[in-house]
Formats: sequence, structure tokens, C-alpha cells
Amino acid sequence: MKNKFETENVVVHYGTKIAIDNISLNIEANNITSLIGPSGCGKSTFLRCLNRMNDTIDGCSVSGKLLLDNEDIYSDEIDPVDLRAKVGMVFQKPNPFPKSIFENIAYGPKIHGLAKSKAELNDIVLQSLERAGLIDEVRDRLHDSATGLSGGQQQRICIARAIAVNPEVILMDEPCSALDPIATAVIEELLDQLSKDFTIVIVTHSMAQAARVSTKTAFFHLGKLVEFGETQKIFTNPEEEKTQNYITGRIG
Amino acid sequence: MNKDKRLKKRHAREKRLKFYGITSICIALMMLFTLLSSITLNGYTAMQQAYIPLKIIVPGEKLLNSDGEVDAQKALLFNWDSKVKKAFRTNFPEVKSRSDKKELNRLISSNSGYDVKQFFIKNVDAFDNERVIWITASDDVDQYLKGRFNTNISEEDRRLTNKQLNWIDRMRSEGLVKLKFNKNFFTSADSREPESSGILGAVVGSALTMFVTVLLSLPLAVMASIYLEYFAKPSRLTDFIEVNINNLAAVPSIVFGLLGLSLFLSFFGLPRSVPLVGGMVLALMTIPTVIIATRASIRAVPPSIKDAALGLGASKMQAAFHHVVPLAMPGILTGTIIGIAQALGESAPLLMIGMVAFIIDVPSSFTSPATALPVQIFMWADSAERAFYERSSLAIMFLVVFLIMVNLVAVILRRKFEKKW
Repeated sequence: MKNKFETENVVVHYGTKIAIDNISLNIEANNITSLIGPSGCGKSTFLRCLNRMNDTIDGCSVSGKLLLDNEDIYSDEIDPVDLRAKVGMVFQKPNPFPKSIFENIAYGPKIHGLAKSKAELNDIVLQSLERAGLIDEVRDRLHDSATGLSGGQQQRICIARAIAVNPEVILMDEPCSALDPIATAVIEELLDQLSKDFTIVIVTHSMAQAARVSTKTAFFHLGKLVEFGETQKIFTNPEEEKTQNYITGRIG
Repeated sequence: MNKDKRLKKRHAREKRLKFYGITSICIALMMLFTLLSSITLNGYTAMQQAYIPLKIIVPGEKLLNSDGEVDAQKALLFNWDSKVKKAFRTNFPEVKSRSDKKELNRLISSNSGYDVKQFFIKNVDAFDNERVIWITASDDVDQYLKGRFNTNISEEDRRLTNKQLNWIDRMRSEGLVKLKFNKNFFTSADSREPESSGILGAVVGSALTMFVTVLLSLPLAVMASIYLEYFAKPSRLTDFIEVNINNLAAVPSIVFGLLGLSLFLSFFGLPRSVPLVGGMVLALMTIPTVIIATRASIRAVPPSIKDAALGLGASKMQAAFHHVVPLAMPGILTGTIIGIAQALGESAPLLMIGMVAFIIDVPSSFTSPATALPVQIFMWADSAERAFYERSSLAIMFLVVFLIMVNLVAVILRRKFEKKW
């Protein structure tokens, strides 16, 4: 399978503190890769390297090789603004803009000039909501505030908002940690659908979720990549003792 | 047992604290009440002014030109003062001697000739008929009628002699002097004579000045805040800037006046006593306050909103202006209003740039000489005439009303911009 991201010897410092140390990891296209590990292990930091969201953190420095489709995303020619249109992101806490549902979805296409007319913009919004499996729930209240929706719906709004820009990759940083089990199930089902069109990288605290949704899993511990491989293998027959201990709940 | 005692003690402590809180609120309210009531008691009488009705006939042939309009040259030469004085003295046929006449004349405002002239210039068809015109009485008469004239001191030390007091009493009983609504106070600018002075010039001057202040300080402060919050990398320089912004907010206002004097007036050669420069000086003073408030309210917007925008590929500027600034707007406005309210009541910096001048015209532009409300109050409170004292109190009431209005605007704008989460 084709690799979407290729990373080699990635090191990230926050000031003088090393957050992730020498990580090399390839992420396959049109597939779901999950990053697991205890809190503070650097999985979110690694995720935020992939769309250069770390740039916004003061004192954060990234070194190593990070390629997206064989292009170095940290080279001077790459504009992070442009990169983030290709690599969308969904955050841990649902963070819709305090605007209407329509405006939330339409914002990305608007700033990137994806729609030439109002009708086209309308189409993009409806299509994105449909792909996020939300259209039936919000069809009648597109112009109501997005913050009035339930937590799970808000998170799907955020997913629809990311889809609307038509990215190649969607990064998800613990997208279900603030949601109840039913909303989580809905989103997991959605992930399965979306993986046909997008490359998805998901950070999760729930090992069950990683086992359910992803085809590949990477286990991080204390800023290092301990093990990376087929999800099934990681969860049934891990090579490293640390992985074994983590998935059985002995460290965490 | 011990536990019960401790619990009781804790409850007692809470009650005591509550009591202290209520007491301090009561004291604050009492002080506010005392302040407002003393100003009101001193000032409300200035809403009225003593007026004297005069029957005047002015012959049109002496003043009108062939088109039936008032000829400026003729109006200038016409002796309005003597016309008014003569009309006034017809009520006192017994007064014959020169010195008595002089004393009598002092009961009417020395500006009444001018006022009558203005009346006739505006009402061309009033010529040749007997017209009753209400002219202002002098400020001493006004104060005497309001009971603010101390008659217990010896005659030589008083501004009104016994004879004059008798005349006033007679006029009052015959209805020849009356307290009426003080129109001048609301329609004219400053004057040497209390009875002709008004607040309009100062109000317009203050409004023009504030307009310049808002126009300069709001955009500058918002831009500076956004730069400091979003773009500036933390470094020695930004630390230095930050410390100095905080320092600047604490600098005594007169220093800003001195800066304005040496920079705007001396170096750039801008005109003195004008609202434009006043607004610039007050903007200097307001900017640090607004920057501090703006940065605080920008920081209060959850960072997740900024992340969401950046994650969609918005630039920092788009994230700031499309999402964060609109959400921070209520806070920014509150900060701005606080700054403006501070600037509105500020007189010291304006003194330095010459806005303390005695100006008898209502300012018509940003570059016409003007004064401001607090400066006007300062000037009136400083005057010798008793009648200016009540006028300064009324002007203070006006300033308070002005401030309340500014705050009201802030509340309305805040309501408008506030988003429900």
C-alpha cells in the first residue's frame, strides 16, 4: 500500500524538554492509523507535527524528516496554511465556532475559495453534512447556532467542517474522549466510512477504540515509539513487553 | 463538643464577613448619595434664571435696508444698550439722578443689548411694533431671587446696595422680574457674565474630542493587542513592551498633556486649544488602558476556537479577525468605554494644550478653538461670581449624565455582540 506520510527520526522539543524522541513511522494512504499510549507520551505532539499545528506553540522546535507524498512539510516552500487545507484536524473537545451550523461548515470553503457561487457553497455544506452522517439531524436547522447541538453532534459538525475543505488527510486528536458511548459508536462507524476517501490518523486513549477502528496501531511510551504494526498483531501478539503491559493495563 | 464549637465559630466568622461586606456597600452608597445630592442641591437652581420683561419699540427705518433686511452696518452703529436701559428705566420714573440710574442699570445683564439685537436680526417683522422681550437680569439679581444672596453683611461689602434690593423687591411684587427656564445654559458657550454663559460649547467640544480619541485609540490598541497576542514571539523586546504598556497606564495624565504640548504643538506645530489635538492627547492616555483590556479579553476566548480556525487552514490573521476578535468584542468595548470615560472626565492634559481658553463660540469643527466639559467646570468653579458656582454644579450633573450615556452605549453594544455558547 502507498504511504501517505513518511517520517524519519522526528524529534520535538518544547523549550529544552524533549517531547518526542527519534520517531520514524509511515502512515498508509486511505487507511486508519491509531496512535495509543499513556498520557504525556507524545502521541498528540506527533499528530500535531503532521499539519504543523505545533508551529503555533511558543518554544516548540521540530527536527527530522516529515514527508507528505514525498514532499518535506517542514521545508521553506511549504506554507503551513496551505498544508492545513490538505491535512485537516478534529480536536479533542468539540470546538464549533459559535455561529450557525451552515457558517461553521461554509467557513473553510469560503477562505479557500472552493465555491464559486452561493449555490455551490450550499452544495458543499449539504454534502459535507451528509458525509458526516449529520444531514438528517440538522437539515431543518442549518441556521441555528452550532453550539446548541449535543456533544456528539458538535463533534460531527467539526468532522463535517474538516471534510468541507476536501482534505487528503484528517487528523483526529482523541475525538471521542468527551463523548458518551452512543455518540462514540456513531463516530466510529463514520470513521469506517470516511477511510475510503481519506487517510485518517487518530489519537486515542481507548484501546478498544483503536482495536475496533484502525488497521495499523502505533504504541508510544515516554516520547518514544515502542511498537508499530498491524492492529490485530499489536493487540493479540505484541513483540515488546511494554506493549503487552500497556494493553493488559499494567502500565498506563 | 469541640467539633460543635468549631462549627459555630466558622459560622460566626462567615456572618461577620457578610456584615462587613454589607456595611462597606452601605457606606459607599451613602457617599454616592451625599455626592449626588449635594451636587443636585447646588446645581438645580441653575436650571432657572431671572428674566425681566421689557416693552421695546425699535424703528425699522433706522436699521432695515431697501430689501427689508437688517443692515449689518446700521445694526452695529445702533445703540442697543441705551435702548434697553431706557426701556427698563420706564418702570422707575422716580429715578432721576445719574448715580441712581447707574445703580439701576446694573440690575440688568450687560449683555442684554446684544441679546435684543440678536432678537431683532432674527425677527425682522418685529420692528415698529411694541414688543415684550424677556431680557436676562444680572447674576446678582438672579442669586438674590434664589435666596443665595447674603444680605446680612454690611452694605459696602455687598454687590447689591439696599436701594437696589428695594428695587428688586418692588419688581418682584409687580411681576417685573421672574425666574424662568434658563435657556441660555443649554444654547450658548462660555461668557464672562454668568447669566449669558452656557454649556453647549463645552459639550460639543467634549464630543468632538472624544470622537477623535475613539477613532485613534480603538484601532491602534486593537492592532497592538492582536500583534502582541498572536504574532509577537516572546522575547526580551516584547517583555519590555509589555512592562511599559502597563507602566504607561499608570502615568499621571498631566504628563501626557506635557507630551502633547511639546510634541503636537511645538514640534508638529498643530494649533492649540483644538479638539483634534485634545483627542490625540487623550488617545495617548487611553491606548494603554484599551490594550490591557483587549489583551485580557482576547486571552479569555478559548484557544480551541483559534485552533479550529488554524486547523481549517485559516491564516493567523483570519483566525484573529474572523473568530477571536468578534468573540472578544464585548470585552474590548468595555475596556474602550472605561478608557473613554476616564478621558471624558480628564482635564489636566487638556489644560496643557490650551483647551482651558475662554471661548464664547460653540466649536464648529475639529480645528476650531474649544474647551471640554471638565475644563469648563474647572473654570467656572474658579470664578468669583456666585452664579457660576451653581452653574458648575449643573455642569457636573451634565458630565455625569454624559458618562451614563456613554456607559449605556457600552451596555447596548455589549448585548449586541455577545454570543451565547
